[in-house]
Amino acid sequence: MNTPFRVLWLQSGGCGGCNMSLLCADTQDFSAMWRSAGIELLWHPSLSLESGDQVLDILEDCLQGRTRLDALCIEGSLLRGPHGTGRFHMLAGTDAPMIDWVRKLAAVAEYTLGIGTCAAYGGITAAGSNPTDACGLQFDGEHRGGLLGADYRSLRGLPVINVAGCPTHPGWVTDTLMALAAGLFAEADLDVIGRPRFYADQLVHQGCTRNEFYEYKASAEKPSDLGCMMENLGCKGTQAHGDCNTRLWNGEGSCTRGGFACINCTAPGFEEPGHAFQRTPKLAGIPIGLPIDMPKAWFVALSALSKSATPKRVKQNATSDHPLIAPSVRTPRR
Amino acid sequence: MSRLVVGPFNRVEGDLEVQLDVEDGHVRSARVNATMYRGFEQILLQHAPLDALTYAPRICGICSVSQSIAAARALAGLAGVQPPDNGLLAINLMAATENLADHLSHFYLFFMPDFVRPVYAERPWYPDAVARFTPLQGSQQRLAISARKRWLDLIGTLGGKWPHTGSIQPGGSTRAIDAAERLRLLTRVREFRQFLESELFAAPLERINGFTSESELWAWHAEALGQGDFRQFLQIALDTGLEHLGPGPGLYLSYGAYPRADGSMVFPRGLWNGVTQCAQALDLDDIREDSAHAWLDDAGGPRHPADGQTQPLMEKPDAYTWNKAPRLAGAVLETGAIARQLIAGQALLRDAVARCSATVYTRLLARLLELAQVVPLMESWLIALRPGEPYYRAAALPDKGRAVGLTEAARGALGHWLEVEHGKISRYQIIAPTTWNFSPRDAQGQPGALEQALQGAPVLPGEKSPVAVQHIVRSFDPCMVCTVH
Repeated sequence: MNTPFRVLWLQSGGCGGCNMSLLCADTQDFSAMWRSAGIELLWHPSLSLESGDQVLDILEDCLQGRTRLDALCIEGSLLRGPHGTGRFHMLAGTDAPMIDWVRKLAAVAEYTLGIGTCAAYGGITAAGSNPTDACGLQFDGEHRGGLLGADYRSLRGLPVINVAGCPTHPGWVTDTLMALAAGLFAEADLDVIGRPRFYADQLVHQGCTRNEFYEYKASAEKPSDLGCMMENLGCKGTQAHGDCNTRLWNGEGSCTRGGFACINCTAPGFEEPGHAFQRTPKLAGIPIGLPIDMPKAWFVALSALSKSATPKRVKQNATSDHPLIAPSVRTPRR
Repeated sequence: MSRLVVGPFNRVEGDLEVQLDVEDGHVRSARVNATMYRGFEQILLQHAPLDALTYAPRICGICSVSQSIAAARALAGLAGVQPPDNGLLAINLMAATENLADHLSHFYLFFMPDFVRPVYAERPWYPDAVARFTPLQGSQQRLAISARKRWLDLIGTLGGKWPHTGSIQPGGSTRAIDAAERLRLLTRVREFRQFLESELFAAPLERINGFTSESELWAWHAEALGQGDFRQFLQIALDTGLEHLGPGPGLYLSYGAYPRADGSMVFPRGLWNGVTQCAQALDLDDIREDSAHAWLDDAGGPRHPADGQTQPLMEKPDAYTWNKAPRLAGAVLETGAIARQLIAGQALLRDAVARCSATVYTRLLARLLELAQVVPLMESWLIALRPGEPYYRAAALPDKGRAVGLTEAARGALGHWLEVEHGKISRYQIIAPTTWNFSPRDAQGQPGALEQALQGAPVLPGEKSPVAVQHIVRSFDPCMVCTVH
């Protein structure tokens, strides 16, 4: 008989949005989706019946080896402050800092997952003055280390799997857990900062509905404009890793389709870009953040050429919130 | 007397601990501990004002749109701009989508599962409750998760994604909805109406909205016992005494929800006084936040949020939570759907609250009634959109100034108080709904709304996490990540 792949989901220094996002998984029957993949939710913050002392029993069973903990999913940053005590989050009912619980559970977990950019790298909670000394499980921003240390490996020998995103996409979580449960996930499936490559090897730019505007550098000037948001409105879709415009969000959405900039939320340090989020920083009129893998000189040359070749339709529609000019109709010829 | 420490709670948003002093099988006094601090009010400082639109939604993954709206309204107040009609409607649609999704999650995922606990195994309704509401197995719970997913797709179209959209701006929405999209959205709203009418209410929404008294409600209940999850809830409420469990402080607050172009609101702003049975005007100047029992520096005493501060201070002997205690002219308030409905004059709810006050039963009733009321409103808002006309109005922000942004999250009144100096955020104070509801004692020793509601709750022999306490806590639909932020 097959034993289930047991998932424990705990939350700390975050907003709970990755969990809320997970509940939007694209399936007809959320529970059947897990069950049919051989996955059991050992305890989950929004769903499980167990509360209070019953939860602590479940955690203790994992620590004592009475229950095999296949996947430890941590959502939210790890709050080390004040002064290394972890007292900014004491797990309710336990009089112990959450970071101590996470360290102990990570030591008995077959796999450990950082769900969302907070748990992966520190994320939003580490922004500004980082008042709680927030970090990720195995990263502190872009630096290896974090709560568990650069050398941490779960029992199956993998580093922390960083299902980064703010929030993370439900499909990124379900696909990762299902691959793990099926034994189809190896270290080579992680990119250099621990993200599953199935979504992190793609760019938000790929599949962006504004690509025709991008081609001609026909730029949006204000929020709600249809044009490309890279030149003026802070969009980092050409640099951000994620399949957001090919695996859509909540039906037919994505940030760029919603009319606002990609802020590269799957990356460490996205929370402090060094400029206002909605404005593109430029040097001599050229955006500082250029498309990944594109030399600056080429970008400048291409931009000049494409701007000069912009069709009227594209140019006018770029600064409107709805198309002013429709593509002309050309009848196919035999 | 014995002491119980209950936690961690789940099926609330975030982490929560409740300390109970128990005597003769009842809670004598309660202390509520919001156990986590993240420091958004510190994080936001010295950022460009519009950056609040990126940070604020991330205060909370379940009230994300509400946080965006409060931030956008504060910025709009600073810029002196109001969204065009389409923008107002689009934002109302997103707010309503989130609020109703939360009501749905609360009922099916957070609240009802407690009735499948073995403590109720002898009750006549128990087998049916198990079949409907058991986590991950119950027929209705599974349908509800699926309906919720389809419902939140509305925000995928209106705002790109949920949670954490960036489409809500001071001048409106960045996402203009065209005529074809409007029809798709309308179809999706009707799909949700279908779920509510077939599974939750087992009745047309208009029938539910037509009730003007409890006698009408209970007569309808008797028409077809056991049909629909709402009737099932009513039967359980009657049998388990939820009508009188967990009475609140009796004074109710709403900032008002769903503004119209003329400045009025669908659910008006104000207070409801449970003793005089009258609506009262709200004066925001009367709000103070008292940190006497929080691990926060409270030098200078209670402060108005426009002059508020947030500075952690661990070494305080009387502190037992990260949450401040907001008070209105010294009074403890309750906020949520129940406050919105009372102030708006919903006849059935006023009748029920006159009989039972704010209890587990009436809090639940208010949310379910809101589900029935707001879906038809959303249908009318979609019809009112004018494709081709603007959704966004540009406006410049001044380099300095103060403003407040108010809205209603599913769980009640949410306010952001913003101050800008030299083009940067110099003060940002947030009072979330559960900040009010789950506030600790103030300097006068006056317990917060939940702390009052827990007094007198029954504790059965041997209970470590008393089931009555769980019902009362969850009846507020608390959001702990918002509470402290």
